[in-house]
Amino acid sequence: MANLKPGDSAIAFSLKGTDGQTHALADYSDKNAVAVIFTCNHCPYAQAWEGRFIQAQADYSDKGVQVLAINANNAESHPGDSYEAMQQRAQEQGFNFPYLHDETQETARAFGAERTPEIFLFDKNGVLQYHGAPDDNHDDPDGVQNAWFRDAIDAVLAGNTPAVTTTEPKGCTIKWKQTA
Amino acid sequence: MSIQFLYYEDCPSHDDALDRLKTVMAEVGVNVNIEIIKVETEAQAQQLRFVGSPTILINGKDIVPPPDNAYYSLTCRAYRLENGRISPLPSVDMIRHALQQHFTIV
Repeated sequence: MANLKPGDSAIAFSLKGTDGQTHALADYSDKNAVAVIFTCNHCPYAQAWEGRFIQAQADYSDKGVQVLAINANNAESHPGDSYEAMQQRAQEQGFNFPYLHDETQETARAFGAERTPEIFLFDKNGVLQYHGAPDDNHDDPDGVQNAWFRDAIDAVLAGNTPAVTTTEPKGCTIKWKQTA
Repeated sequence: MSIQFLYYEDCPSHDDALDRLKTVMAEVGVNVNIEIIKVETEAQAQQLRFVGSPTILINGKDIVPPPDNAYYSLTCRAYRLENGRISPLPSVDMIRHALQQHFTIV
């Protein structure tokens, strides 16, 4: 279960992106909304939805919305989620947002993230307004009945509380490193 | 004739995939028991050459043969659908086509 619930404040992080730069959540404090999305390379759910993350960033960029994607998977057990593989995927898929590597998994653990993808949408004050899945149809963007993520962005930009603030994340489990 | 359904509990697609398999089997008139195998350890994944959940084998053959260099692991499996999209479970057509290759279907 996530450590954050709607109304909670964001947890600071600073992670290396596929662009080689370090990105801190604080770097985006001027944004009207920040979507922290735990995702990864290998998971079919993440792959199925990532095009919608790219589209959301494109659609909402000029409204001050920033997507920050984070991959926390253990690359030893899942080599397809290594930093180098992340760089390749970001380039191949044309990610228009930072794709950050949570190598220590500390950020994912701090958030209490469990799945890929799993969205935490914060408003301009850094308050969590939506947590959960992108929408209700990973297979078919045209078949979506409930666009929870986009609806939540619209609500946040309008200064409102989203009608739906929490849904069950649906996807692969985050691949944790073995602890001693 | 045998059908095996291999899955990893942490991938949420297995229930939908098994339902889809049963539905397609009923549609095409294939009446064979499905051997359901829960893959629980990395060692088991290696032993079973498990490339991800869900995996469906008909007479030991994967309905969507993975590449030779596939990585065996406790993971979710990505299927590329006929329309190019990625899905966590095989399409109805993929299952139907595989059944048609192995069974006499009316």
